[in-house]
Amino acid sequence: MNLDRILRYSQLYNLVVRRKEPEAGTVYLSQRRVYILPSRQGLTFSLSLLVMLIGSINYNLSLGYLLTFLLAGVGIVSILHTFRNLAYLYISPGRAEPVFAGGEAHFQLHIENRGNNERFAIAFEREGVITRCDVPARDTVSVTIDVPATRRGLLALGRVTLDTRYPLGLLRAWSYVTPDLACLVYPRPDSSRLPPPQPQADSGDTIALGTGTDDFFGLRPYQASDSPRHIAWKASMREGPLLTKQFSGRAAAQMWFDWKSLPSGMEIEARLSRLARWVLLANSRGIAFGLRLPGLEMPMGLGDAHCLACLRELALFKTPGDAAPHADPGKSRP
Amino acid sequence: MSAPPAVELRFSNLAWLLAGLALAAAPHTARLPAWITTIALVTLGWRAYIAWKRSALPRKWLLLVFMLTCVLGIYISFNTIFGRDAGVSMLIVLLGLKLMEMKSYRDVYVVMFLAYFIALTNFFYSQSIPTASLMMLTVLMITASLVSFQAPARRHLDNLKTGGMLLAQAAPLMLLLFFLFPRVQGPLWGLPQDAYSGISGLSDSMTPGNISQLSLSDAVAFRAKFDGAMPPRRQLYWRGPVFWNYDGRTWRPGDMRLRGGTYKFEGFGQPYDYSVTLEPHNRNWLFALELAATIPPRARVTADYQLLSLPPVQSRIRYEMRSYPDFKAVEADGNEDLTAALALPKGLNPRTLQLGQRWAAEARSQGNPTEVIVNRGLDLFRNGGFQYTLEPPLLTSSDTVDEFIFNSKLGFCEHFSGAFAILMRSAGVPARIVTGYQGGDVNPIDEQLIVRQSDAHAWTEIWMDGSGWRRVDPTAVVVPVRVESGMAQAVPAGQPLPFMARTDRLWLLQIRYNIEAMAHKWNIWVLGYNPERQREMLSFIGMDAASWQALAMALFWGVGGVVAVLALWLLRRMRLEDPVQRHWQRFCAKLERAGLPRAPSEGPLDFASRAAAHFPQHAALVGGIGALYIDLRYGVPADRTATQRLGRLVRQFKL
Repeated sequence: MNLDRILRYSQLYNLVVRRKEPEAGTVYLSQRRVYILPSRQGLTFSLSLLVMLIGSINYNLSLGYLLTFLLAGVGIVSILHTFRNLAYLYISPGRAEPVFAGGEAHFQLHIENRGNNERFAIAFEREGVITRCDVPARDTVSVTIDVPATRRGLLALGRVTLDTRYPLGLLRAWSYVTPDLACLVYPRPDSSRLPPPQPQADSGDTIALGTGTDDFFGLRPYQASDSPRHIAWKASMREGPLLTKQFSGRAAAQMWFDWKSLPSGMEIEARLSRLARWVLLANSRGIAFGLRLPGLEMPMGLGDAHCLACLRELALFKTPGDAAPHADPGKSRP
Repeated sequence: MSAPPAVELRFSNLAWLLAGLALAAAPHTARLPAWITTIALVTLGWRAYIAWKRSALPRKWLLLVFMLTCVLGIYISFNTIFGRDAGVSMLIVLLGLKLMEMKSYRDVYVVMFLAYFIALTNFFYSQSIPTASLMMLTVLMITASLVSFQAPARRHLDNLKTGGMLLAQAAPLMLLLFFLFPRVQGPLWGLPQDAYSGISGLSDSMTPGNISQLSLSDAVAFRAKFDGAMPPRRQLYWRGPVFWNYDGRTWRPGDMRLRGGTYKFEGFGQPYDYSVTLEPHNRNWLFALELAATIPPRARVTADYQLLSLPPVQSRIRYEMRSYPDFKAVEADGNEDLTAALALPKGLNPRTLQLGQRWAAEARSQGNPTEVIVNRGLDLFRNGGFQYTLEPPLLTSSDTVDEFIFNSKLGFCEHFSGAFAILMRSAGVPARIVTGYQGGDVNPIDEQLIVRQSDAHAWTEIWMDGSGWRRVDPTAVVVPVRVESGMAQAVPAGQPLPFMARTDRLWLLQIRYNIEAMAHKWNIWVLGYNPERQREMLSFIGMDAASWQALAMALFWGVGGVVAVLALWLLRRMRLEDPVQRHWQRFCAKLERAGLPRAPSEGPLDFASRAAAHFPQHAALVGGIGALYIDLRYGVPADRTATQRLGRLVRQFKL
């Protein structure tokens, strides 16, 4: 066995050469992946024990020795308990529903405990945000890690630190997991109105939309039976719970949203925000629309699937000069 | 490192912590000033109230003022803020104040560690089995509280279980460390004045007639275990401090103890071999049967046959002894001994002096004048109307001996021996007082002879030309039963007696004997485990003259071994967790060896059907395994027989 293989097997190797690449599928927290060190409280505890020991020696307190050694034993034993509170868990990626930039991405992880011991106070930390859970024996629980989605695109969950101090808080066991989980972040829609309809040469009928927006008469809470088409995305984002738009009638229409039709001085992100807004508005009103981006065209279509596909293209848009191909988010969404 | 969990000081969690603290401090209430107890109770109650009502903690400056007041109060109460009692008071006050500002995770830990400390301080006062049990309970509760702060949502009963399990698993480590950790004889530095307040029925002076009540303490002075037969009770004279100088009221040791002794005596007959386990009394005295023929380690002997330990006896010690009950202390070290043994305070006790001188004049003509004088003295005590009582009247005049011999005639050993010695000196017979213990009772459970403080006794020694110092016990003459069968028979009915001296409650006595036998084991193995005993035990297990390095190695391997066994036990169960999963994985491994690995994302149903298609000859078995696995894993909770069937199927599956 050469040195390299020994190194790879050692915990130190894992600690120093931290895994950055996402790990596909279920991650098993084997013994080698779990690190353990005394917490600050643990160090204070050892110091107290030292003082107790010196006191016992000085005063010839046999029971003082016993108490000190009992507590020392508890400290040593709790290493094993803290360790096994974290080790041998199975972490698998769950879902991460697309969100709009400026919102919060919710990454779901499933933690499976196949053993007979309940696990307590497992903390999931990602960039300072901590989520805690208990995992009962022979059970799976899901935790949701909330990550602010600041920029459109594909937001990877990245490395998550699992840590626990159970049972006594004297030790901290931790492990790093990088689940293969990413969240699609749509551009944040701006607050513009739909552009005036432009007669299209290739569309047979020309419909004046005029004041067609009056058909919309209000919002009500989303119900399971509602078509997602009528979800008021923007209002929902502002208010929290999903809201459904109600219409008194519907005007049929067709529109093309073209990158090039936007003012030439507009920034890329601003353009994407505008287009996203239009896509949402058009979809909510049942207007058929197509989307033209540099190097890409989404044909005229109608319905939620079409809307989501367009949003997705907007989220992942790269200017043609930007050569780097984006990862296919569909892969990470089982 | 991620932040520790935000502490949730919920009432339910806090209540247990506070209960643990109260338990840790409870035994102190009997020993500390009432105001400390009050402060402890008030802070505990206040903190519980704050947690209950979820109200705000008191302001910092208020606490500071409170703290300074308490320190001042402690200084006034104890005249110091150091020392044992003051230190414990400080700790309790500090804990109370820490409680009042406890709001973060870190504060909780400070409180817990203070609580462990306070549990330890109880051992300054008592290391008995009940104290140990109480502190064990305390540690359990505090540990369970620690757990509860990690897992706040759990039921506290579960936390107690977890805490108990941790303590149980720590017990072997505790024992290893206790027996193998290299012991150092304390103290490492000076101890506070009040570190030892051991009780003793003896003191380094004796003032007959001053104390009107003898110590009735049942506390054990020492225990003795004889290797063979025990001497008869009337020979059980345990020699302690010897007094030479009398100033008219008080007997004192004189300068004899300062002089290094040459130990000269002849022992006759069969010696007795025994070991003594002496309770700490913070003096140098070691007790042995008259007359000791050996000197324990770290001890010396004086010219008046006293055994003195070089350091004061501050912890329980055990020593082996050999004594000759029949002896002839042949030689004194010179004439000055006898001069000191004849000195009388000038102008006091004229009637006693007169009586002594008359006896001396009358005996001069007879064969053995000393013998005659001693016998006349004993006759006086025997027939002169003297009575043994534990509650004699105070002797108030300046001529206390005269007052005792000719008027009151009521007293106990101190009175009799003191008066006898003065009488002998008046008659020109050198005499001195020996104090110590007489008798003791045998615990039938472990056959240890227990000598209690209430067995304290004083007798006389007189010098006889030719045969040396001879013990004369005038008390035994007045009340022979005191020496033959103990104090209970000697004391007139109706007078208070030490509990153990009572014979009317035999079943109580039986229980007491059992407890004391257990306490003795405890004393020997737990409390008396000192560097010497550690050496003994190590040489018993074959580690002669073990260096601390050897001990450290033994400890290292011992602790490592225990931890390894625990780890195997705790972690093995984790890895062998789910038998269903284990069988399935073995099945997958078999297929992988056959060239059909399972894709990471492939579900069991897909994989099983793929495998069945790949190995059509095994399709039924593969399909069965897949279906059973899915059923066990995702369906109803797995039962034992179905799990075993899966295992059997997987074993049958061969490619």
